[in-house]
Amino acid sequence: MQHWWFPENASSYGGQLDAMFYVILYITGIVFFVVEIGLLVFVVKYRGRPGRKAAYIEGSTRAEIVWTMIPAITVVLIALFSQRLWSLVKSPSQIPADATPIAVEAKQFEWHFTMPGPDGRLGTDDDIFRKDTLHVQVDRDYVVELQARDVIHSFFVPAFRLKQDAVPGMTTRAWFRATRTGTFEIACAELCGVGHYRMPAQLLVQSPAEFAAWQAAQGQ
Amino acid sequence: MTATTAQASHGHAHHEELPFIRKYVFSSDHKIIAIQFMFLSLLFLLLGGLLAMAVRWQLGFPGQPLPFGRLLGEGVAPSGVIAPKFYLGLVTMHATYMIFFAIMPLLVGTFANYLIPLKIGAPDMAFPRLNMWSFWLMIPAGTFALLSLYAEGGSPAAGWTGYAPLSNTPVYSGVSTGQIYWCLGIAVFALSSLLGSVNYITTVINLRAPGMHWFRLPLSVWALFITAILAVLAVPILAGAIIMLLFDQVLGTHFYLPSGGGQPLLWQHLFWFFGHPEVYILILPAMGIVSDIIANGSRKPIFGYHSMVYALCTIAFLGWVVWGHHMFQSGMNPTLGTTFMASTILIAVPTAIKVFNWMGTMWRGNLQLHVPMLNAIGFVAMFVIGGLSGIFMASAPVDMYIHDTYFIVAHIHYVLFGGSLFAIFAGIYFWYPKMFGRQMDETLGKWHFWLTFVTYNATFFPMHILGVAGHMRRIYDPNTYEFLRPLQSLNTFISVSAFLLLGSQLPFMWNFVRSLARPKMTDINPWRDNGLEWTLPSPPPHGNYATPPIVLHGPYEYSRPDTAEDFLPQDQPLPAHQETR
Repeated sequence: MQHWWFPENASSYGGQLDAMFYVILYITGIVFFVVEIGLLVFVVKYRGRPGRKAAYIEGSTRAEIVWTMIPAITVVLIALFSQRLWSLVKSPSQIPADATPIAVEAKQFEWHFTMPGPDGRLGTDDDIFRKDTLHVQVDRDYVVELQARDVIHSFFVPAFRLKQDAVPGMTTRAWFRATRTGTFEIACAELCGVGHYRMPAQLLVQSPAEFAAWQAAQGQ
Repeated sequence: MTATTAQASHGHAHHEELPFIRKYVFSSDHKIIAIQFMFLSLLFLLLGGLLAMAVRWQLGFPGQPLPFGRLLGEGVAPSGVIAPKFYLGLVTMHATYMIFFAIMPLLVGTFANYLIPLKIGAPDMAFPRLNMWSFWLMIPAGTFALLSLYAEGGSPAAGWTGYAPLSNTPVYSGVSTGQIYWCLGIAVFALSSLLGSVNYITTVINLRAPGMHWFRLPLSVWALFITAILAVLAVPILAGAIIMLLFDQVLGTHFYLPSGGGQPLLWQHLFWFFGHPEVYILILPAMGIVSDIIANGSRKPIFGYHSMVYALCTIAFLGWVVWGHHMFQSGMNPTLGTTFMASTILIAVPTAIKVFNWMGTMWRGNLQLHVPMLNAIGFVAMFVIGGLSGIFMASAPVDMYIHDTYFIVAHIHYVLFGGSLFAIFAGIYFWYPKMFGRQMDETLGKWHFWLTFVTYNATFFPMHILGVAGHMRRIYDPNTYEFLRPLQSLNTFISVSAFLLLGSQLPFMWNFVRSLARPKMTDINPWRDNGLEWTLPSPPPHGNYATPPIVLHGPYEYSRPDTAEDFLPQDQPLPAHQETR
C-alpha cells in the first residue's frame, strides 16, 4: 500500500512540504466531513413530509459573518505558512550560495546533464556529460540550471518533491539537497510530444566516497 | 389560458405562422435556440465521453487492443492498439469537446438562452438575430473541431491548453493540419460565445419586466449575467491568443517562438488570463441553477440571498487575478507566485459562503428529494471536494509536487463533472417539462442519479491517490516509470469504473428521448416554483408573455407562514398587501 502514496522523501525540504500537505489535508478533511455529514443529516432529518411546512428563514447576518471569518482566517494562515516554504524552495535568494551547479538540457525525449568535475565549476575541461543519468553526492546542495532545446519539459524528481519547468529561450533554476543515498527516478511532467511518457532518467545519490571515486574515474 | 391572454397572443400571431424552417431551424426564438444548443452539446458530451473511454482503455489495459479498435484504422491504432500519438489526440480532443463544445454551451448556450428572458419576464433576447448567429456559428466551429480529430497527419496533440512551442511547431508535435483546425474551431467558437454574451448582458440590463429589481432576480439569472460579463472580457483574449498561435503555424510569425524573439510563456499568460475566468464561466451558472433548485426543493427562501450575490461577484472579480496559479512551476518569477497564491487562496472564502448558504437553505426545510433536487445536492457534495482539493494546489509549495499529476485531473473532474455536469443534469430534469411540456420519468431519473453518483466517485476519487503517488498527467503508458508500476491495478479499477460511468448515462439518454413521446402534462407548475416561467404554458409560445408580467417580490418566497400554499410566484401579491424588498 505504501506505493499508493507519496514516494519516500529523499530531500532536505521534502519533509516540510509533505507536512504542509498533511496540514491542508487535515483542515480540508474537517470541512469535508462537516459538509458531507451535514448534508446527509439534513436529507434524513428534513426529508419532506406531507402537511409539514418548512421554516421561513431568509438568512442570518451572524451566520454569514461566522462562515466568512473562519474560512478567511484559515486560508490566510495556510497562505502565510505556504509562503515560508515557497520562498525556501523556489526563491532565487534562497538558493544556497555555495550550491554546486548542474546544467540540464531537456530535449524530445532525453535529458542531457552536464556535471562539474572535481573543481566544482561548470564550463571547465573536467565537466562530465551524461545522457539520462545524473550523479550527485548526498547531503550537498545542488542548483540545476534548466534549459529546453525544443518544447517545454518539466524536471520532476518525485522523491525530492521537486518540479520545475524547462522553457525554450530561458534558463530556470531550482535547488535541492539529497538526504539519503540511492537511485531515484527523474520524470518529465509537462506534455512534450509523442514520447512524453518515455522520458525517464536516473538520479544516483552517492556517498562522498562513492561519488569521489566515480568522479575520479571520469577524468581518466 | 384566459380570454384576455388568448386575445393578446393573437396580437403576436405573426410569431405563430412562421414556416417550419424559420420556426425550428433558423429560429430567432431564444427557447428554440436554447434547445438547439442543448441537442448539439449533448452530442458533443457523448462524443467527449467516448474519447475518454478510449483514454481509460489505454491506461487501464495498456498495450491491449481496444475493442473495435481496428475500425479506427491502422494509422492511429495499429492492430487496434491505440498509438501514442493518437492517445494524445484523444486526451486533447476529450478536453476540447467537453470544455468548449459540451459544458460551456450547455450552461451558457442552453440555460442562459432559455432562462434569462423567461425568468426576467422578457419576450425574447435583446438581439434575437444575433442570438441565432451565435448558435449557427457553433456549426462551423464544431465542424472544425470534429475535422481536427481525423485530420491528415493526426489529431491535435498538444493538450487542450495548447502550450507553445509544441502546439505551433509541427516538427515537434508531428501534427500540422489537425492543430490548425483546432485553432480555427476555437476561434469561431469564441465569436459565437461573444455574440451570445453581449446578448445576455443587454437583455438582463434592459428587458427586465416591471418590478424586477436587481435584487429580485433569481440567482440563476444573476449567475448567468455575471458569467456573460466574464465571457465578454475573457473570450476575446482567447481568440486573440489563438489567432497569434495560428499565425505562428501558417504565416511564420514567432509570437511564442524564442527563435524569433517570442516567448513560450506569453502563450501561457494569455491562455490562463482567459482560462481562469473560463473556469468560473463553467461553474457560476451551475451555482446559480443549483441555488434555484435547492430553494425550490427545500421549500425555503435561499439562505442569505444578498451574500450569495456578493459571493458571485467576488468570485468573478478574483477570477481575474489568479491565472498565475497555473504557472507556479512554469519559470515565472517565484515572487509573482506569492501574489497569485494569496489571491487564489482568497477565492476559498466566497466559495465557502456559497456552500454554507446552500446548507443553510436546506436546514429546517421540507426537502422534496425529486431528481433535480438529488442532482443539486449531489452538486454541493461533489463541488465541495473539488473546492477543497483546490486549496492544495493554491499552496504553491504543495503544488510543486502535485502540479501536472492526476491530483489536478481529479480536481478538474470534481469541479467540472461533480460540479457543472451534476448541475446541468439538475437543470435538464427541472426545465425539461418547461421546454417540451412533458415530465421526464422520475424512476429512471433516480437510477441515473444514483448510478452516476457511485460510478463517478469510483472513477475520480482514486485519481487523487494516483496524484499523491506522483502519477503524471497525459502519459500514454505509466509503466515506463518504475515508481508508477504499482499503480497499475488502481488504474485498471478507475478504467472499469469509467466504463460503468458511461453505462450509467444510458437511463438518462433513454429517459430524455423517450419522454418526448410521453403524454403532455396538465400541471402548469409541476415543481410548485416561484419563477415567472411557470406562469406560462409549456412550452411557452414564441414571444413568451402576451403582456409583460408585473413582478411583486423576490423569487424565493417559499413556505411563508402567512400563505396557505408553500410557494408564491413572483407575479402573485404578498398577503401583507405590501411589497417588500
